[in-house]
Amino acid sequence: MISQFFVLSQRGDNIVFRDYRGEVPKGSAEIFFRKVKFWKEDEAEEAPPVFNVDGVNYIHVKVAGLFFVATTRDNVSPSLFLELLQRIARVTKDYLGVLNEDSLRKNFVLVYELLDEVIDFGYPQTTSTEVLKSYIFNEPIVVDAARLPPLGPASMFMQGTKRMPGTAVTKSVVANEPGGRKREEIFVDIIEKISVTFSSSGYILTSEIDGTIQMKSYLTGNPEIRLALNEDLSIGRNGSSLYADYRSSGGGTVVLDDCNFHESVHLDSFDMDRTLTLIPPDGEFAVMNYRMTQEFKPPFRVNALIEEAGSLKAEVLLKVRADFSPSVTANSIIVQMPVPSYTTRASFELEAGAVGQTTDFKEGSKRLEWCLKKIVGGSEHTLRAKLTFSQESHGNIMKEAGPVNMNFTIPMYNASKLQVRYLQIAKKSKTYNPYRWVRYVTQANSYVARL
Amino acid sequence: MAPPLPSGKSPSPSQPSGKSEVTDLKLQLRQLAGSRAPGADDSKRDLFKRVISYMTVGIDVSSAFSEMVMCSATSDIVLKKMCYLYVGNYARCNPDLALLTINFLQKDCRDEDPMIRGLALRSLCSLRVPNLVEYLVAPLGSGLKDGSAYVRMVAALGVLKLYHISASTCLESDFPAALKSLMLSDPDAQVVANCLHSLQEIWNLEASSNSDEASKEIEALYSKTIIYYLLNRIREFSEWAQCLILDLVSKYIPSDSNEIFDMMNLLEDRLQHANGAVVLATIKVFLHLTMSMTDVHQQVYERIKAPLLTLVGAGSPEQSYAVLSHLHLLVMRAPILFSSDYKHFYCQFSEPSYVKKLKLEMLTAIANESNTYEIVTELCEYAGNVDVPIARESIRAVGKIALQQYDVNAIVDRLLQFLEMEKDYVTAETLVLVKDLLRKYPQWSHDCIAVVGNISSKNVQEPKAKAALLWMLGEYSQDMLDAPYILESLTENWDDEHAPEVRLHLLTAVMKCFFKRPPETQNALGAALAAGIADSNQDVHDRALFYYRLLQYDVSVAERVVNPPKQAVSVFADTQSSEIKDRIFDEFNSLSVVYQKPAYMFTDKEHRGPFEFSEDLASLSVGAQSADNVIPAQRYEENDSDLLLSTSEKEENGGPVHDGSAASAYSAPSDLNGSSLSLNSKALTEAALINPGLLTSTSEPTFAIDDLLGLGLPVTPAPPALILNPKPLLDPGAFQRKWGQLAISLSQECSLTVQGAAALTTPQALIRHMQGNSIQCIASGGRPPNYKFFFFAQKDGASVFFLVECIINTSSAMAQIKIKADDGSISEAFYALFQSALSKFSLP
Repeated sequence: MISQFFVLSQRGDNIVFRDYRGEVPKGSAEIFFRKVKFWKEDEAEEAPPVFNVDGVNYIHVKVAGLFFVATTRDNVSPSLFLELLQRIARVTKDYLGVLNEDSLRKNFVLVYELLDEVIDFGYPQTTSTEVLKSYIFNEPIVVDAARLPPLGPASMFMQGTKRMPGTAVTKSVVANEPGGRKREEIFVDIIEKISVTFSSSGYILTSEIDGTIQMKSYLTGNPEIRLALNEDLSIGRNGSSLYADYRSSGGGTVVLDDCNFHESVHLDSFDMDRTLTLIPPDGEFAVMNYRMTQEFKPPFRVNALIEEAGSLKAEVLLKVRADFSPSVTANSIIVQMPVPSYTTRASFELEAGAVGQTTDFKEGSKRLEWCLKKIVGGSEHTLRAKLTFSQESHGNIMKEAGPVNMNFTIPMYNASKLQVRYLQIAKKSKTYNPYRWVRYVTQANSYVARL
Repeated sequence: MAPPLPSGKSPSPSQPSGKSEVTDLKLQLRQLAGSRAPGADDSKRDLFKRVISYMTVGIDVSSAFSEMVMCSATSDIVLKKMCYLYVGNYARCNPDLALLTINFLQKDCRDEDPMIRGLALRSLCSLRVPNLVEYLVAPLGSGLKDGSAYVRMVAALGVLKLYHISASTCLESDFPAALKSLMLSDPDAQVVANCLHSLQEIWNLEASSNSDEASKEIEALYSKTIIYYLLNRIREFSEWAQCLILDLVSKYIPSDSNEIFDMMNLLEDRLQHANGAVVLATIKVFLHLTMSMTDVHQQVYERIKAPLLTLVGAGSPEQSYAVLSHLHLLVMRAPILFSSDYKHFYCQFSEPSYVKKLKLEMLTAIANESNTYEIVTELCEYAGNVDVPIARESIRAVGKIALQQYDVNAIVDRLLQFLEMEKDYVTAETLVLVKDLLRKYPQWSHDCIAVVGNISSKNVQEPKAKAALLWMLGEYSQDMLDAPYILESLTENWDDEHAPEVRLHLLTAVMKCFFKRPPETQNALGAALAAGIADSNQDVHDRALFYYRLLQYDVSVAERVVNPPKQAVSVFADTQSSEIKDRIFDEFNSLSVVYQKPAYMFTDKEHRGPFEFSEDLASLSVGAQSADNVIPAQRYEENDSDLLLSTSEKEENGGPVHDGSAASAYSAPSDLNGSSLSLNSKALTEAALINPGLLTSTSEPTFAIDDLLGLGLPVTPAPPALILNPKPLLDPGAFQRKWGQLAISLSQECSLTVQGAAALTTPQALIRHMQGNSIQCIASGGRPPNYKFFFFAQKDGASVFFLVECIINTSSAMAQIKIKADDGSISEAFYALFQSALSKFSLP
């Protein structure tokens, strides 16, 4: 069971500190922070989410630059703790609209209120945003969204490597609109993180999609919702692989390796017509997570070349081609390429008429960085760079550089072709017609081209 | 690192010294206390907020206790909650003032609003003040019967809080019985869950202090009735409570396979839950249910693969890490079942290094004939990685795969290519691997030496790598043309070698080289011995002196000691014993899996759950920490001898299991250790340290030395009377290591007396009895009728330890005993002692 729960800022200040069982000494937050900050064990430079100091287990997740930490002396389930911490962060976000240090500091009393109900004597009670509503009396002090750094896709990346926060929806589930009436709306986001590794000859070595259908409902009265997916969606590749290959070459069919669902989802008709029925709880949650290793067309082709050009010099050519429809635009593209460690200088040459592109040579980590604000589907971009070395390169220069790594976000694009065919909301009256937002977004998780 | 204050409404001082602010707050609170003016509540809210924010950052605001209580008479629920929070935090250190709050809390417990009743009851139980328990009993009693589920939910955990303040009050008021009936009847799932939480904790704590009743109550929780009752309702519970129930179910033992299949079918859909904790708890149930059904167990592995992989991909990096750790455990147990899934364990660019590390270990484990090529190709890509620790780890992984495969040609080539990359850390890691590889496959020496010979020792800086290079220089000096000259130049720079480990290896290498190419090495040897004897490091000094005297005594003997013919090492021993691995598997879905050690190695006794430690040993610190203080050189050698366990030696160790007699060469050093140290025997033990291969990989040279020293075989028949050290010391870490290293020397079943079996109601009774017979318990556990104990004892006046695993079934009055001993020859004698002690249990 949980002994203490606390939230620390990036600098290690206690923002919230709750001791549930009084078994762990008070200085735990400081011990934790010091350990994480100066982690030096097993050659790794990053503290794992779970570690033990003097018999106390410290379990933490990082959300929005904050540490959500639980301590315990028992041999607990690490998954349970980590899921719970993540959930606490999410519930808090549901209430505050925006989760960051500022909003948390302004609303710490509300957070204490939440914590009182979420955990009692170290045992998790309820984490349902909806159930909690009846116990929470503090009004959230909403942080002015305009004063925040733009919650564009770029900042999605900054908040951890894998999870993307609920897209741009920064409204508290309890706060009232200025007009007094709540706007009836529901957001369904299909978020896909793709991982692709290209071999040096451009052949796809591995590819995988980890997808989530995320929902955030602001509907009153909890109407039932039907969410219809591709009719020909099939799940499980364990059958005959021949069959799967045939299907994928036939195109159109989406084959998921596996998926899981939120508690509220009823799968009664899922086998028949691929519809999910649910009564969405308040707040943000994942309706379904899925994983796909079926081949798909990667959105970008990356070519990288490095060649020696005389003694102590080399030339780099980076080429990126967008293999998707011109109606779609990718944004916040970052291409990074490690170069030989004895590189001292790099000069760049962008293509003629390049707009919104920046280049940089990261001296410390010895890598080239090429940022593009947007890439329109079907277009191709190149970057040339001249490197200066401090010593002769010995052997194969190709082995001293790369692999090229790419980051991007492509709104209204999904690699898996998984679609929401329709989103039906049970009608309460004829005039009831809430806003529905179905949005797709694809992000790079690990997009790597080897040299 | 002064934490800035949360910015409230009032302009907060940048560096609150505390005192004056608190005084100021007190004053303002007092002014507001009686105020009924409009807006008074708002001002109070602001003040309360400031108090709480001070509390959060660790400023002591307990002095405002009475003022806070004065202001608490309010109908504003936000204010009330803040006040409860404050009171809960400070009541324990202000028991007298806490009395002030009882009045209003009790009143609130009778409020019309169920929420106020619940909140007040929760706060009342959270005061943690022993002399106030009398005020708790009545509100708790009515709370359990309250019409509102919220209040009952709070009351169910309130009972547990009361138990922690005063166990006797809680038990005397018969609250556990009330909880039990509430658990079996309440319509609200969270009330049921909280009752279960409380009952489990209360009875587990009671059971550890010798209570029959508690053991029976715990058993009742695992009964078919309760398990089925909970399982049938499982969908009503919150995901967290589902985890609790699944954990309980994993301890239930079904009566037949039909029951097993029914349960698995019922829980099948839990594997599709989006919450990883629920999925892992379900998997634990499945794995435990099918332990005795090999085919089904394997099917379970196949079934859980996909959901686990999906969870790895779905959550935050932290969540995937927890799931991946469990996948890691399963892969390590049954690598063959995952051999076609290897691509899932390729590292991704964005993953944190702790995830990559797990993946590399999994890739190493599942490599077999069918996938080695792909895996090694992938690993080689990581070797040039910008993330240096991962690059190192990848090279090691390639090496490990090479050591576990039979067809290693291609891999050796790759390793040698690493050396050509000319990155210092790559070279360093590769050298260490090539050394291990040569110990296993001496036939590769020709190819390897050709490449290694080209490496300039100046480019090798890391001690481990340098030591490996030196080992090769010494071992293969006849094949490396300039070996004597390299060694000579290294000897000349003796003082520049900072790591004693390297100097030790340099000494040995020069010695070996001398025996092979005397004229060329003579100068270097003289210089090395002189430098070594003058060395400030004790080990280096001792080794140099030992070599010097050995050479003086007889050069040919010296050669046989330092440079005996070696057998190839066929198996490098696993660093973790199978007992430990099984224990971790039993503790599936717990921190043990993430730490890769069983719970007793990282938790204190009261938090260990059903498997607990005996009193006196728990106070000793675990060995792992003290090992950090050992000087590096020693540690290196220890590791080395751990790793090196040839099969021939394993057979020798295994021998005693069958025939009970033990003439194992392995026991020689430890026995000599115990005898008074003449120069020669000291030298011999040192020789064992210097070159473990000498003693462990071949038996012949050992005998030769024994003869040389005129001692004959050190092992004598068991002495007629074995006397045990009444106060042996062995810390858990050391026990762990020994248990892993030693083979079972004796395995027996014996019966207990009927009285003995009847008296064994808790482990403690037997532990005390055995202590009286100089046999100490290091860990014990189990529930009636099955108990498990780990004992140890030490031969008086010698460093010979006996380790015992003893499983007792009280209903059949049988005990299964497994004995491991440093000296297998006297384990029969020890068994006799142990058995007689056991048979006297509970006899007057």
